[in-house]
Amino acid sequence: MSVLAIAEHRRGELRPVSLEQLAAGRDLADKLDCELHTAVIGGDVEAFGAKLNREGVDTVHTVDIGEEFNHDVYTQVVTQLTTELDPTVLLMPNSVNGLDYAPAVANRLDRPLVTDVVDIDAENGLTATRELYGSKAETTIDVHADQAAVTIRPAEWPTIETEGDAAIEAFDASIDESAVKSTVKGFEEVGGGDIDITDADVLVSVGRGIEEEENLDIIHDLAEALDATVSGSRPLIDNGWLAKDRQVGQSGKVVTPDVYIAIGISGAVQHVAGMKGSDTIVAINTDPNAPIFDIADYGIQDDLFEVVPALIEQFQ
Amino acid sequence: MKILVTVKEVAAVDDEFEIDGLAIDDRYVTADLNEWDEYAVEAAVQIQEAHDDVEVVTVTVGPSETDETIRQALAKGADRAIRVWDDALDDAGLLDPETKAEVLAAVAAEEDPDLVLTGVQSADDGFGATGVTLADKLDMEWGAVVNDLDLDPEAGVASVHRELEGGVEELTDIEIPAVLTIQTGINDPRYASLRGIRQAQSKELAEYGLTDIGLDASEIESPLEQTSLYEPETEGEATVFEGSPEETATELAELLAEKGVTN
Ligand SMILES: Cc1cc2nc3c(=O)[nH]c(=O)nc-3n(C[C@H](O)[C@H](O)[C@H](O)COP(=O)(O)OP(=O)(O)OC[C@H]3O[C@@H](n4cnc5c(N)ncnc54)[C@H](O)[C@@H]3O)c2cc1C
Repeated sequence: MSVLAIAEHRRGELRPVSLEQLAAGRDLADKLDCELHTAVIGGDVEAFGAKLNREGVDTVHTVDIGEEFNHDVYTQVVTQLTTELDPTVLLMPNSVNGLDYAPAVANRLDRPLVTDVVDIDAENGLTATRELYGSKAETTIDVHADQAAVTIRPAEWPTIETEGDAAIEAFDASIDESAVKSTVKGFEEVGGGDIDITDADVLVSVGRGIEEEENLDIIHDLAEALDATVSGSRPLIDNGWLAKDRQVGQSGKVVTPDVYIAIGISGAVQHVAGMKGSDTIVAINTDPNAPIFDIADYGIQDDLFEVVPALIEQFQ
Repeated sequence: MKILVTVKEVAAVDDEFEIDGLAIDDRYVTADLNEWDEYAVEAAVQIQEAHDDVEVVTVTVGPSETDETIRQALAKGADRAIRVWDDALDDAGLLDPETKAEVLAAVAAEEDPDLVLTGVQSADDGFGATGVTLADKLDMEWGAVVNDLDLDPEAGVASVHRELEGGVEELTDIEIPAVLTIQTGINDPRYASLRGIRQAQSKELAEYGLTDIGLDASEIESPLEQTSLYEPETEGEATVFEGSPEETATELAELLAEKGVTN
């Protein structure tokens, strides 16, 4: 028995979820009374391996292959490593890249896959907690199998900071090149606008609750009245109502203003990932159960079309 | 060329709702076409418009009540639809990505598409794994979270952008046949025209049971069991301003002034 966690890195940096997985993995390994292994594939594996050597980790496997993520390579390596180590639970990040290889690995190994878990337990068989309907409901799932694959939601577990005394072992994977049918050509930074929302002290952030592009006028008016910058949730950017670099969230910008006013934004996990570090969070939303209120410091549970004009008036 | 698009009806839950056992009481649920699938349908229809001889077929795992929703894809330009459902699927409980992919793979094996497009995830259960699982079952190449697609059928390559975290996109060439999971924002999904809606009524919507697609009910056994459903406890400690919009706005204005926000 063991737990194996697969690390993630991009452009020379280990991503935080790699260390969060060690916390989730150690906890699970304690319950299963077994070892915790972690592995890093590609890039500067030596440096990454040293960073993954944290308290509670028994072995770090380094796989010196390629520079950046390629799902064909990852799928083969993780499948081989898992076959070799035979862990009870295989942990992978529920990141964009995690979702690009974890399902293939689970399928090849014939392991059930539970994605985007926010909690996991092994006391009475493996159980996982997930969210449904955009975080409005939560569910527990029993996994009826001896071995499973799980992807964990980023930023749900703490990172382990203390250095450990793990064994560092190189793993030799053999890659079937004919099965590598994708080629990563490079990366591109998303631009499109003229302003850096990460610089703003006050963000007036608008979501799908605004309904129509014309209605954005009141948001711009409010921003002007507050001398603030306008940002938004993804649907506004998808609709082309705001420039791409005004998007706050997992795939947008991470912002930490003094004040973040979320107007008509539900607070989906991918949005919250970009703004939860704001000093003061204010939410205006008609839905008292909207997840945004879980992280807001102040809230108004009312119609934005009434509250925002009233607020503008206060500043005129 | 043939493009298979997986589409699904999802449940949207009202602001206030009640849970009845392991499900949300029907009264608080409205059905809709999965947001991510709308973008996948649009991507397929755009390819159809840009190239000759492209057939767009949708496939759904779901009961007959979903017909109306999946006709939306026909109204937007898909040529025909396939829906798979029967008692065994109804009894299977939680349809995990593997189970759904098993069914979809059986249909895909029949249809032999050059490209399969799926949504990145469904808005209700959010597993985000069906597309890649399907690719692996079909022994096809794949790409997850695609927000830009440039298809070159002659060269057999899909040049895609994969949307990573933090405003970074990965540029990748993918050999087709392939499964691509489509992210919102890749295009601007069209509204169905009245003519499209009318035409959709006469387009083929084929219904199959498991045995029709060569599967055995015993193969449809989900290893995952949902044992509870509940409203998450709010960890939030938000101070909620009460009163009329004027009153709450005044309170908020005072707070903002306190925080040093002025014009
Ligand atoms: C891989 C991936 C990456 C993603 N990255 C991001 C990202 O970076 N950023 C991001 O934002 N999203 C991202 N998303 C999308 C995310 O999952 C949500 O779909 C999105 O954040 C929802 O935006 P929203 O809250 O504006 O809309 P909705 O969820 O539709 O919420 C609208 C809210 O407005 C409220 N409302 C409606 N009318 C009114 C009114 N009159 N007055 C007041 N309130 C009202 C409603 O109660 C509701 O809470 C990503 C998704 C995926 C799968």
